[in-house]
Formats: sequence, structure tokens, C-alpha cells
Amino acid sequence: MATEYFDLTNLDPADLEGDEEEGPVWDLRLYVAGQTPRCISAFANLKRLCEEHLEGKYRIEVIDLLANPQLAEGDQILAIPTLVRRLPRPLRKVIGDLSNTERVLVGLDLRPL
Amino acid sequence: MNGHPEDATDASFDGSLPKTPTGIAGLDEITQGGLPKGRPTLVSGGVGCGKTLFGVEFLVRGATEFGEPGVLMTFEETPAELVANVRSLGFDLQGLVDEKKLSLHHVHIDRREIEETGEYDLEGLFVRLGYAIDTLGAQRVLLDTLESIFSGFNNEGILRAELRRLFRWLKERGVTAVITAEALGERLSRHGLEEFLSDCVIRLDRQMTEDVSTRRLEIVKYRGSGHGTNVYPFLIDRGGLSVLPITSLGLEHRVSRDRVSSGIPRLDGMLGGGGFYRGSSVLASGTAGTGKTSIAAHAARAACERGERCLYFAFEESPDQIIRNMRSIGVDLQPWVDRGLLRFHAARPTLHGLEMHLTTIHKCVEEFQPSLVILDPITNFVMSGTPTQVKSMLIRLIDLLKTRQITSLFTSLTEPDGSLERSEAGVSSLIDTWLLLRFVESNGERNRTLYILKSRGMAHSNQVREFTISERGVDLVDVYLGPTGVLTGAARFMEEARERARASAQEEELEARKRELARQRLAMERTIAALHEEFQAREEEFQRLIAQEQSRQTIERTDRAKLAHLRYDHGEVSDSSEERMDTVGTGEQDGN
Repeated sequence: MATEYFDLTNLDPADLEGDEEEGPVWDLRLYVAGQTPRCISAFANLKRLCEEHLEGKYRIEVIDLLANPQLAEGDQILAIPTLVRRLPRPLRKVIGDLSNTERVLVGLDLRPL
Repeated sequence: MNGHPEDATDASFDGSLPKTPTGIAGLDEITQGGLPKGRPTLVSGGVGCGKTLFGVEFLVRGATEFGEPGVLMTFEETPAELVANVRSLGFDLQGLVDEKKLSLHHVHIDRREIEETGEYDLEGLFVRLGYAIDTLGAQRVLLDTLESIFSGFNNEGILRAELRRLFRWLKERGVTAVITAEALGERLSRHGLEEFLSDCVIRLDRQMTEDVSTRRLEIVKYRGSGHGTNVYPFLIDRGGLSVLPITSLGLEHRVSRDRVSSGIPRLDGMLGGGGFYRGSSVLASGTAGTGKTSIAAHAARAACERGERCLYFAFEESPDQIIRNMRSIGVDLQPWVDRGLLRFHAARPTLHGLEMHLTTIHKCVEEFQPSLVILDPITNFVMSGTPTQVKSMLIRLIDLLKTRQITSLFTSLTEPDGSLERSEAGVSSLIDTWLLLRFVESNGERNRTLYILKSRGMAHSNQVREFTISERGVDLVDVYLGPTGVLTGAARFMEEARERARASAQEEELEARKRELARQRLAMERTIAALHEEFQAREEEFQRLIAQEQSRQTIERTDRAKLAHLRYDHGEVSDSSEERMDTVGTGEQDGN
């Protein structure tokens, strides 16, 4: 069902962005390692979640560490998949396939505990 | 994932397990070549045991001595901290990074930043490590306190599975890895890493003995290889780690044929005439008061008199006390101290751990460049560690001194309860010349004796000598062997007197015999003289008789002449006169 996102590395992040609107832009970065089912489902979960809660004010960048291994160091990536909230500050990380929507919202500070 | 990655790198069963030398002094001897090549090794230890340093030295030696670049991934300290921490040990990490021989990576985990939702793996770590290894072509990897990641994630099940996968992956990559872990009580690691790291496990710890701490290293496991099974003390000093192998002595040093005097002429005599070999190790052991320090003082003075420097480690008495006491037996050390040839270094053995002592001694030797080092006594070190630790420390020390051709003299206090050799059993094999001092108790007095238990490479006396200490110093006197054994002291004196008496009695008898003979000769001569006289007397008698006869004949002839003259007067012929004479003669014969 997520076949439209299968080729994650070739996604143009611009396609994923919502329309520019007022308010802070959520700068999100999703680290994956190849196109494993877990990474694909993480991206699908993220996309769905953003559409629901951050419509029009988010930007997702997908980084495949298999293609760009040197990028693992900068954001201290150990777990795959890892979602990094680069903006707004402070930096937040949510790891896993993002299947638990509630926890992702907590992790991204979209919802208080 | 490959189901059995171990098979690819598993050891051949012929025992020739390939190894990667660590370059850590002593460790490669214990492990018979180093760590298992291409496999991960677990280094476990408590806080401050030197785990990180172990790993860092492994990488640094690899990069500098064996041409193997390394990747250092730290989960606790930042690279900047690490660089600063090991600089004092002489490791220039930044320099190696600049030369592309080493790369430093800091894995920062902040739990507060991380929310977990659903399934994940640690592929990020793998990617990062793999990238670092590939960039340098690294053959060595250090993961310093990998277990810290357990604090960053909730799902221990995932972590354990991922770590298992990590170790397999490291093996597949063929890198030799050191993974440090914090020991928790009896456990080698907090999260049971030893379950996955079964190839080689090394434990570091600190042992407190009587408030003195000693670092120790133990090879807990080494699959497919022989290894030393002891617990080895190790040091951390300016050169990094050095493990003290117990069995192996660096046997490569040159040996000297030079002899140096012990300062006691008769002892030199017992040692084949020249004294100790330069650079040899000498042990003087004995119970309290047998004169061990006196022997040391004589040797020190002899060295100084030769113009050589002597370093005297006093572990029981203060230098002043030694100087005062030795002056009382006629050995004045003060002038040599003043002239800078003799240096004392006093410290309680219990003041530091063994490693600290060794470091101190090492440093003093480096500075002073002595040709004789005295440790008086080594016994108290036993309090600072186990006999094994003490032995290994002494091995290191003797090794150090021998390679520098420095003669070493150790004194050792033995318990008077007959366990004379026991306390030295540990070090005896390291000792070239062993002087044993004992008290011999007899006739209500104790006397010192000395004999040479062994002396390598020289003909030495097998005699027990009495060891006397007077205000003129130490001397050795021959002992007498009586029916009850060796005689010393007053008994020896008595025996000597008896001997003298015996000798003089014999002399007298000879004298008497001589006089007797003289007398006999005199008597004989007298007898000869008497016989001579008697003979002379007889001869004289005989001569007298002859003379009488002659005179009688003369008288007779005169008388006959007178008669003839008379007869001529009467006109008768002389014939008739002769006839008468014959008649007279016949008549005489008839009368007989």
C-alpha cells in the first residue's frame, strides 16, 4: 500500500512539503538505511502523521545512510530509523518505525504527555 | 544476515590461531602473541582500572608500530577529553589523527532527546563504524564502553540482539576489536556482553591489600590459544601500560665478566676470589640481626671506593639511622653521601602500591645512573601485594637493572621459625648469588654464620663461615666442625685454644726427643772416647813393655860386655861365658 514511497532515496523532498503558510516550519529529517520494510513503514507513518497534524508547515528530508554513511555522525544516529526534529529547537529524536502515533506526537512535542 | 559468520573467521583447529600483537609491554608474552586477529576481545574492569587506556594503547601501538590504522569509538568521553587524558602517557592521538592513522568518533547518547516508537535496529552505528573503518582502512577498533548505549535505549531485547549482530559483523569485517565493559561485582559486564564475546576476555581490576592498591590483569578466556593463567600486576606510567609477566624474564641482556668486590675480602674469596659479577643480582637473606644491612653497607662502600655510584633504597630504616649504625661497625658512609656517590632513598614499602614503587625505582635509576642498587629489605613488599605480585615486580626490577649492567643487592628478612627458604622461594630463581645468614645457637650463645647458597657462573666456596661484626667491620672466620656440628663463637675459641694446646704439647715432645737423642749421642760419644782411651792405655802399656824389654836387653848387653871385660882380665875365652849364659836361660825356662 505504501508502494508510492518505495523509492525513498529518489524522493524529492519538495514534493513532500506542504504549502508554505504562516507559522514555524517543521524541519524533519528521517534517517534510513536502505529500503527495508521498517524504513518504508516509518516514512509512511511519518507522512501520514504530518499531514494530519502539521499540514502545510513541515519539510521532510530522507537520508539513506547506506548512500551517505558520513552523515550518520552529524546527528549522532545509532538507531534506524531515526526521525530528527531539527526545527523548531530543541533537537528531538524519535526512533523506530513510528507506528505508535501517540508516542511520536509526544516525541515531537506536538502533544504534551 | 549470514547465519554462521563465525565459521568464516573461526580458528583453524591446528592451534595456529592468528594473533594481533598489542604492543603492550608484557601482554603479548602472556597471550603468546597478542589478541585474536580479526576478532573482538572484551576488556572488563571496574572504574579507573585502565580499560580505556588498554584500548587506546592497543590502537596507538597498532598505528605506530605495526602499521595498522585504528578507529576509536568512544561512548563516554569526548574525543577532546580522551586526547587530553592520554597525552600524559605519551600518546599523541591528535598527531595520529592528522597522519590519518587513527580516527576518533564520539557516540553521544542523550536519553532525553530520544523517544522510542516501535521497532528499530542499530544500523546507524554499523554504518558509522563501517564508514570509519573503510575511510582509514582500519584493522583495529576500540569501542570504549559500548554498554553505554543501554542507557540510551529502552528495549534491551533489541539492543542485545543488535550487539550480537555487531560482534559478528566485526568478525566479518576482519577487524581486531577491543570492547571495554564495566565490571559489576563478579560479572564481567553490566549487560552480559561476555555471552557474545567468547573469543577472548581480559579482566582488569585493582586489588587492595592493606590499603595499598595494585592493578591486575587476568586473561579470563582465550579460545583456541594457550595463555598465562595467573593474575598479572600491571603498571600505568609514562610509557603506557606494562604487564609484568611472571614467567618470562628478558633474557637478552649482555652479561659482564667483570667482578666487583663485595667489600668483604674474605667473602670475595669465597666467591672465587673476585666478588660478584657486575650486573648480577645478589640476595642476602637471614633472620633479624644477622647482619644483612652490614653486608649491604660494605658493598655500598666498596662501590663508592671504586668511584661508582650506589643507590640505596631503605625500606625499614632512615638513611641517618643506617649511617649511624654502620659507623659503629667502622663503615662510614657519610663521606660518600657528601661526595654524591651514594644516594639514599627511603620510603615505607606500604606507602605506595608495588607499581608505584617500581616506577619510583625506575625513575631514580634513570636519574642517578648507579652501578649498584641496594634494596634493604625487599621483605616488606610482601605487605604491599601477594607473593606473586611481589615476585613479578622484582622480575621487572631485576630485568631493568640487568639490562643496564647494574649490580643489585637485595636483603630479605626470613622468619626465624625454620621457614628460611620459603619467603625466598618466589624470587630465588631470579637471584644469581644468594648469601644465607643464619644464627647458630649453641653453648648459650648465638653466632652468625654465612654461606653461599648459590652463585651462578663462578666456583664458590661450600664452606660455612662464621660471620663476625666488630667495630672494624664485618669479617668472616673459618668455623670448626666439631662432633656436634659447626662450632662458632666461644666454642670456636675453645676449640682453637685446644688446638693450640695440642700443638704445643706435640712440640714439647719433639723437643724432648731431640734432647734425648742429643744425650744419647753424647753418651755414645763418651763410650767411644772411653774405648778409645782404653785402647790407647793398652797401646801405651804395650809400648812400655817393649821399651822395658829393650832396656833390659841393653842392660844385659852392657852387663855381658862388662863380664867379658872381666873375663878378658882373667884370661878365659868368651865361649865359656856364652855357655853360661845359655845355662842361665835354660834354667829360667825350666822355672816356668
